[in-house]
Amino acid sequence: MAEVVLFVAFPYLALALAVFGGIYRYRHSRFTYSSLSSQLLENRRLFWGSVPWHYGIVIVLLAHLVAFLVPGVWARVIADPTALYTFEVIGFALALAALTGLCVLIWRRLTQPRIAAVSTVMDWALLLVLLVQVVLGFWVSLVYRWGADWYLHTAVPWLLSLVVLDPQTQYVSSLPWVVKLHMLNGFLVIALFPFSRLAHLVAFPFWYLWRPYQVVIRNRGN
Amino acid sequence: MKIQSQIAMVFHLDKCIGCHTCTVACKNIWTDRKGAEYMYWNNVETKPGTGYPTRWEDQDKYRGGWVLDKKTKKLRLRLQGKWGTLGNIFYNPYLPTLDDYFEPWTYDYQNLFDAPEGDDQPTARAVSMVTGKYMDTIEAGPNWDDDLSGSQVYANNDPNLDNASEEERRQMQEIDRVVFFYLPRICNHCLNPGCVAACPAGAIYKRGEDGIVLVNQDKCRAWRMCISGCPYKKTYFNWSTGKAEKCILCYPRLESGQPPACFHSCVGRIRYIGLLLCDADRIEQAAKAPDDALVQAQRDVIADPFDPKVIAAAKANGIPDQKIDAAQKSPVYKFVKQWKLALPLHPEFRTLPMLFYVPPMGPVLAKMDKGMYNMVDAGGEGLAPMLSALEKSRIPLRYMASLFSAGNEEIIREVYRKLVAVRIHMRAKRVKDVPAAEVERALAQAHTDAREVEAIFRLTSLPTYEERFVVPAMERETAVDSLFPALDPVSRNYPTRKGAVGFGYREEPHRGL
Ligand code: HEM
Ligand code: SF4
Ligand code: SF4
Repeated sequence: MAEVVLFVAFPYLALALAVFGGIYRYRHSRFTYSSLSSQLLENRRLFWGSVPWHYGIVIVLLAHLVAFLVPGVWARVIADPTALYTFEVIGFALALAALTGLCVLIWRRLTQPRIAAVSTVMDWALLLVLLVQVVLGFWVSLVYRWGADWYLHTAVPWLLSLVVLDPQTQYVSSLPWVVKLHMLNGFLVIALFPFSRLAHLVAFPFWYLWRPYQVVIRNRGN
Repeated sequence: MKIQSQIAMVFHLDKCIGCHTCTVACKNIWTDRKGAEYMYWNNVETKPGTGYPTRWEDQDKYRGGWVLDKKTKKLRLRLQGKWGTLGNIFYNPYLPTLDDYFEPWTYDYQNLFDAPEGDDQPTARAVSMVTGKYMDTIEAGPNWDDDLSGSQVYANNDPNLDNASEEERRQMQEIDRVVFFYLPRICNHCLNPGCVAACPAGAIYKRGEDGIVLVNQDKCRAWRMCISGCPYKKTYFNWSTGKAEKCILCYPRLESGQPPACFHSCVGRIRYIGLLLCDADRIEQAAKAPDDALVQAQRDVIADPFDPKVIAAAKANGIPDQKIDAAQKSPVYKFVKQWKLALPLHPEFRTLPMLFYVPPMGPVLAKMDKGMYNMVDAGGEGLAPMLSALEKSRIPLRYMASLFSAGNEEIIREVYRKLVAVRIHMRAKRVKDVPAAEVERALAQAHTDAREVEAIFRLTSLPTYEERFVVPAMERETAVDSLFPALDPVSRNYPTRKGAVGFGYREEPHRGL
């Protein structure tokens, strides 16, 4: 029963919150969609925090995503032991970068009066949840090696079963509790998406690359 | 030819008395909110000086504006390319921080009332408006170097003096000849704005109807690239709401035919505002002109509003008659294009600013000599030396050229010759102590005539409100507020106190989650 709640109901709930909450916020409170940069107030520590954090987390997240979206290709790539080994090392390095960056960000928020002045409860909640997530991920990769491989036979089929609305919890039920926590906390992060500054993620301005530099807008076609 | 109407401005620097009334008017209306305390959409700098934020003209530090790529012959943002923007989005390496502006503060006045009785006078200590903590030392303010205060630190670090010779530096610092002037600055509402180009979210745009540059705060995601992209540092970041903000040229006033508050309140009456008809097809070419041709290239973008071809093109592009009429009466057209007296500030930033300055003559002539106030080389020769005295001006031409003509001293000389001609001609007319031949010489040197000179005099010294501010009210259907929900007295959906709403939404602008 607990398994169904945690690995079926909760993920669906989190996703629904993220999607519908995100849409609701976009339509009714678009003003609040912001990365809420605090660089104006403090510059140096942000560099040592934000840069490693973002490069680390974005690439690691992308790897999770790619392996989930094209498991066949992923499996073929890591079939080569050298590739698998390289992936593990790179992943480990990136996770380390993310963790260090996140710690710097937290330390900055704790010790800089100017940053404290703009910190909300949600900022702290988010940083805490992310810290837990990254530490768990780190732990998993350290203790249960070759995640790039076993992820394909555990989490991926489970996630796919959720996508096709035919939840199969047996893929994850026997995993160690650290791994389970990592998965659950991951969905907590997703659930937080519309309630925190994480909303800045979907605002990533790709289309800047195609847009002409100048923007001119008229109120009425004129 | 693609004609657009563009609102443009002239500041006549000889008339600025540095009273900061403009700044106060602006501050009280727009930027006295939380997160905006440090913003000065209008500020008045003392020149020479480092300005606000400190050394904003130093683009090695701030990377604002455009550069012309020597190889590809293309314009690129000095900040970074588009890929660079996406790569640096987590941390903008060139963003000014609050310390480049100042930490806004107020005073703990309550302590004056509440302090327990004692031997000492109670004091009102400074309190930071960001952190709410006491500030023991205040090290900088928005106008720390007003009237050359602290010149050793500020005036000497003016980026425009970087190329000055020893002689020129001395010339400006000689204590009895100490010289300065004021430079009021607002957003230039550029034709080729760096802020718009730098914003990856596309939140900043130029309004098609009149070329005002605005931030759509509903689209702004705090990627804070515009602040770097603007070489004039006239986009600001609201540290509380997490949104970019900038001068909106008081568009709610403009739309109803009133000049912006800083123009309206200007004590020296130095400010002029009017429409220009610009040829959009020439903008890119103008922005790519070589440094010493930039001023002229920018003049060439401005079309002649009396030319029937231009009028036809304007109509074809949907510009209403009322605006064409206003463009013909525009004081800005006269100063910038007809008389060639007003120049863009730092044209080498290549954003084609639409705010132009008539450079100050400063006290060209007088200096202290053995404790006497003497006219330079004047004396027996009447006023003729005024013409030659240009080179001896207290403010070196090179300094002015660094500010207003991307180093082209000839342009500055031309402007000054004309300004001198105006003075000589008018003096001959009023005081009648200048020989006719001298007046002739002055006019000839400036390539001008009595009629033009008198028109310049009139618009400089005696203009009426209607002559200084030629802003046609906007056609109702294109005014921005026509897009908003109607104000309803029954449900009282209107703001009840200042700062309760922004423009474009009826929601309180507060910090996001
Ligand atoms: C590719 C997409 C992303 C972009 C463009 C982006 C951009 C930004 C920017 C501009 C800031 C503000 C930094 C500043 O203060 O100046 C920020 C902060 C932050 N981002 Fe991201 N981000 C992205 C992805 C992510 C992801 C995937 C996460 C976490 C899962 C994340 C978590 C955070 C957090 C927690 C902060 C706050 C840092 C702090 O000030 O304490 N971001 N991001
Ligand atoms: S001066 Fe104004 S329009 Fe020009 S780049 Fe700066 S903010 Fe943009
Ligand atoms: S109000 Fe006018 S005269 Fe006074 S500082 Fe501003 S621009 Fe200069």
